[in-house]
Amino acid sequence: MAPAVLVQDLRKTYGEVQALRGVSFEIAAGEIFGMLGPNGAGKTTTVEILEGYRPRNGGTVEVLGTDPATAGLDWRERIGVVLQSTSLYETLTVDENLALFAGYYSRPRSIDEVVELVGLEEKRTSPVRVLSGGQKRRLDLGLALVGDPEVLFLDEPTTGFDPEARRRAWDTIGSLRQLGKTILLTTHYLEEAERLSDRVAVLSEGEIVALGPPSELTSHLPATEIRYRRDGEEVVLHTEEPTRVLHELTEEALRDGRDLEGLEVRRASLEDVYLALMKRGEE
Amino acid sequence: MRIFLHELRAELRLYTRSKELAFFTFLLPIIFFVLLGSVYGGGDRIKGYRAPDYLLTGMLGYGVAATAFSGLAIVLVIRRETGVLKRLRATPLPAHVYITAVLLTSLIAFAIEAVFLIALGMLMFDAAFPKSVASVVVALLLGGATFAVLGIGVSGLVRRAEGASAVITALYLPLSFISGAFFSQQHFPIWLKKIADVLPLTYFIDLMGAVMLRGVQLWDRPEDVAVIAAWGLVGAVLARRFFRWVPYEG
Repeated sequence: MAPAVLVQDLRKTYGEVQALRGVSFEIAAGEIFGMLGPNGAGKTTTVEILEGYRPRNGGTVEVLGTDPATAGLDWRERIGVVLQSTSLYETLTVDENLALFAGYYSRPRSIDEVVELVGLEEKRTSPVRVLSGGQKRRLDLGLALVGDPEVLFLDEPTTGFDPEARRRAWDTIGSLRQLGKTILLTTHYLEEAERLSDRVAVLSEGEIVALGPPSELTSHLPATEIRYRRDGEEVVLHTEEPTRVLHELTEEALRDGRDLEGLEVRRASLEDVYLALMKRGEE
Repeated sequence: MRIFLHELRAELRLYTRSKELAFFTFLLPIIFFVLLGSVYGGGDRIKGYRAPDYLLTGMLGYGVAATAFSGLAIVLVIRRETGVLKRLRATPLPAHVYITAVLLTSLIAFAIEAVFLIALGMLMFDAAFPKSVASVVVALLLGGATFAVLGIGVSGLVRRAEGASAVITALYLPLSFISGAFFSQQHFPIWLKKIADVLPLTYFIDLMGAVMLRGVQLWDRPEDVAVIAAWGLVGAVLARRFFRWVPYEG
């Protein structure tokens, strides 16, 4: 099956600045693909080229088999977009916003269904201006879903959320998996990328520095990290044999009558991969 | 057509929901008319017309600038800078359908306002019923369309939503003064008259006086029509060059 999104050697420059230096990836139909990176890494530039907003300087781009730069209205029927900042009609109610956008599509999803998907049942007749930031963002997602798109672009959908709102948004995005949507999600939250994505691309300074399922990205790091402080200095150990190493550490500490200050034992996470990659980029 | 009517209905709803728009672009010309009409007596004359009659043409001019020009320009700047236009660009709503619906909405608002102003003039100030009704209607549409297109053009030149309404008001309010919307230009100094002579509103108010008060037909005033239409063209060129869907960044 042809990929839903195909990007090959994508290049973009803003004046002298090379924003994208040959980015390549594919997203299979029904896949949730996360794009992770710090601000300025090129995430939004990539997404906006795929959405058809920005021209590119080089490379091949296809979304649903069509080049977004020249795509027409039929193509827009099949994509859904959540922009980095909330964009809604503040004076219209939740239902009115959804009904307005539903009217643009030839086969819209029912508004009842969309309201339920994004969890705004209680707010249907409220004007948007009285909604919380998180509720507005969920309506943003609702507007992107109302055309029943095949491919969804979510640009930092949970930035600025409190942890509770973020978890709710994750549940909603997770439930889109059951609908079989192809999703490209950008984020600078590692946990978000790890939680939601089938595969993650880590972007740094316009290049993909790592690409794969979150579990695979962490696999080349030693599985366990042990941290403690010795004479005020932080000690970090990575090991495949945590039981043995811990035993030795604690035995030695007990023998010397010392305490392992701030002892921490944890599995390597995507964050470790990410920080390692970013560090490498700086050197 | 279905999608056009859908958008038009939504635009009309959005217009009525905006208190700021309703006040500044719709009510203010009516309020000014009542105030100024009460200041001038029925016996006063402006440019050879009865004062209330002249004021009515002036307020129609102010109304077209406020409703079609400034109202539309402000709405478009705010929608662009809040990302609404950008989001619309990602939907299958065709650009020309959207622009036409937005433009027609301000024309409808202006048409309703014109009816209000004319009725108010007749009820409160004994203003005369328009003499050449067909010409009045076409002239109002010509003015409405011209100022709406200018509004679309100017919206592209205003970079930020914050203060957009101040910037646009600072543009059209002095222009309305200079164009003689509130009083006669007779005692203007030469330099001000020179400015007034190129402004579209001067010609629109002049044309309204001719068709409403003197029963002249539209085709008997080719100069007025030509200057107004030329400004419409300027608006179209500005719109083509500067209108944008995506916010100005940074």
